[in-house]
Amino acid sequence: MARTDFGPPDYREMLPPIVAENYGKWLYHEIPQPGVIKHVSETGAVLYSVRMASPRLVNSDWVREICDIAEKYCGGYLRFTTRHNVEFLVSDPSQLQPLLDELKARGHMIGGAGHAISNVVHTQGWVHCKSAVTDASGLVKSVMDELHPYFSGKIKIPARLRIAVACCVNMCGACHCSDIAIVGIHRTVPRINDELVAKTCEIPTTVASCPTGAIRPNPKLKSIEINAEKCMMCGNCTVVCPALKIMDPENDGVSIWVGGKVSNARTAPMFSRLAVPFIKNNPPRWPEVTDTVKHLVEVWAKDAKYGERMGEWIERIGWERFFKLTGLPFTEKHIDSFTHATQTFRSTTQFRF
Amino acid sequence: MDEKKTTPLLDELEAGEWPSFVTQLKQAAKKSKMAAGLVQQLEASYEEKIGHWKHGGIVGVKGYGGGVVGRYSDDPERFPDCREFHTLRVNQVAGFFYSTKKLRELADVWDKYGTGLYNLHGSTGDIILLGTDTQNVQPCFDALSEIGFDLGGSGGALRTPSCCVGMARCEKACIDSMDINHNLTLHYQNEMHRPAWPYKFKIKISACPNDCAASTARSDLAIVGLWRDTIEIDQDAVREYVANGFKLEENVLRRCPTWALDWDAENKELKVKAEDCTHCMHCINAMPKAIRIGKERGAAIMIGGKAPVVKGANIGWVLVPFMKMEAPYTELKEIIDRVTDYWAEHGKNRERVGELIDRVGYATFLKAIGLEPVPQMVTAPRANPYIFWSAEEVEKRG
Repeated sequence: MARTDFGPPDYREMLPPIVAENYGKWLYHEIPQPGVIKHVSETGAVLYSVRMASPRLVNSDWVREICDIAEKYCGGYLRFTTRHNVEFLVSDPSQLQPLLDELKARGHMIGGAGHAISNVVHTQGWVHCKSAVTDASGLVKSVMDELHPYFSGKIKIPARLRIAVACCVNMCGACHCSDIAIVGIHRTVPRINDELVAKTCEIPTTVASCPTGAIRPNPKLKSIEINAEKCMMCGNCTVVCPALKIMDPENDGVSIWVGGKVSNARTAPMFSRLAVPFIKNNPPRWPEVTDTVKHLVEVWAKDAKYGERMGEWIERIGWERFFKLTGLPFTEKHIDSFTHATQTFRSTTQFRF
Repeated sequence: MDEKKTTPLLDELEAGEWPSFVTQLKQAAKKSKMAAGLVQQLEASYEEKIGHWKHGGIVGVKGYGGGVVGRYSDDPERFPDCREFHTLRVNQVAGFFYSTKKLRELADVWDKYGTGLYNLHGSTGDIILLGTDTQNVQPCFDALSEIGFDLGGSGGALRTPSCCVGMARCEKACIDSMDINHNLTLHYQNEMHRPAWPYKFKIKISACPNDCAASTARSDLAIVGLWRDTIEIDQDAVREYVANGFKLEENVLRRCPTWALDWDAENKELKVKAEDCTHCMHCINAMPKAIRIGKERGAAIMIGGKAPVVKGANIGWVLVPFMKMEAPYTELKEIIDRVTDYWAEHGKNRERVGELIDRVGYATFLKAIGLEPVPQMVTAPRANPYIFWSAEEVEKRG
């Protein structure tokens, strides 16, 4: 019998000596070059962290490769960031340039620190999720192939910009609070396989799963009925009752959201808001999505002030001007119709023309 | 089945500057038949614009009710090699620090029992091991436990807590986020491994209000480090910033949300009105060499953060404005226990704690878990007169 409930390895055994010795003693940091963060401790110790882009979906040989590099330059320790980047922690300044050279020679990309676009937080997509409307990894790859100069620091931007991708409205990837979020959505009502519902689904649970009350029992068939007018295609019922099918390759696609943030810096955390309600799934490169995301980054970067996140910029210039500057159409789809809707209706004559 | 299969659509994702997940998949496919199966199925998804994973399937290890996510192909005849493709969620090390020795041990185990494919890390924070079959799940867990890695949570249970880098490498850390993370992960192993709750429950810890762990937005219970005295200003360092052409007026003074900062140009001194500061971090972020966090440090506890499913997304609400955070974090654990006990008893199936609070009312919830209301909990008091009064609060009639 295997032992249970012992938890993860103790972090104290996973720290490079310079981190263990200066734990809680760091004084300040600066970013001497893109992707390199210099931390200075009250003990006088100096630590360079080199941030490297990761595809997040990786294999064991990739893991062994970063281990090789960390053993050569970092005493056999490394870490990952909350946004899936790899960080090499260099305590010997003479090792910094050789490390950067080797990473470059191996084709790795350095960046994502400070006022930059960091790695994309995202979900599993078609690679591994049962409810994926689109492929998260493919979208991330396509978007970052366009935007990598903002990661590597070749193009400067006024503030951080955080992108997230979720392959369905479950939004397992911080999409509800990201500067730019790409979210897979459905546009058609679930199809009911009555026979299978009768055999495999709990009717009361299925009825109760609907946030808009669009589902009612169909006692004759021991199945359920969906009121199409009330259905907002959230997919909740399909989670509790697999006999309901919502996948629709012709009509599924992605939406784009803007202006969210998780940080309390300057302003309170903000929700991402709808910018583009629907773009067709167009794998393998999703060109319409990458063009739109790039356009949003460019319009923001040109107009925002120092340190101003996407949402703070929009708050200052107003949504009416956001839609004007970006050229995106404002439609009935942009007006909220769910639980917190009325909080978003404007109650003042303070607006712009 | 041995005919050479092509993947023209996925191949396009090997071009370009950004690191390619397809290259990672294909390398794994050379060693693992199951990974090769995944590549074929994924190519089909790209062609047909639809996923090919079936709904559900319970797979697990002895003694646990979660930690393994069962995954089956919806077309096993067409994709026999990835007919079973289960995920193991594995507790990450706090702060995502690893020795290469540990990572190599993990790679060896995972190559032996699975595809050798990972997410480092998953959205919630776990190490995600992608792709093994039912018969290898228990041996894989046994081998993982030999090298000191345990499983995370799934279903109606606690997820592995996750945190920012904190004191290990950040000057803004008001609390020891990594130690809190490790301590809670060990303390709540049972709640993680044996689902007994209405739905998932996430705990995340950020050591300052910059919230690099996205705790307030992404966890049911967030712990956010802050201070309650005043920021520390190194006047010489401020003068150096100004002398070097830093735009103090434009980039700091005018961006302070409460106008708490003033520059005394005559004496070259930056002054702060401590009572006006809302620890928004902006001046500290802009001038890390000159301005530091205060000395009286602790954390705010935020409750109810979540993504949209079922009734809409929430960004967490203030539950406790300030709590000292010292090991073994007894006061924190008491709050967590009271919150999860109340939710376990009153929450409906698939109802997160934020949605429960929305349904029963914050006042009811606070009373149930024994917390006094304070103004920091709201952006404004109520604007309607529909107040609930209990019989004990009014004069008895008749």
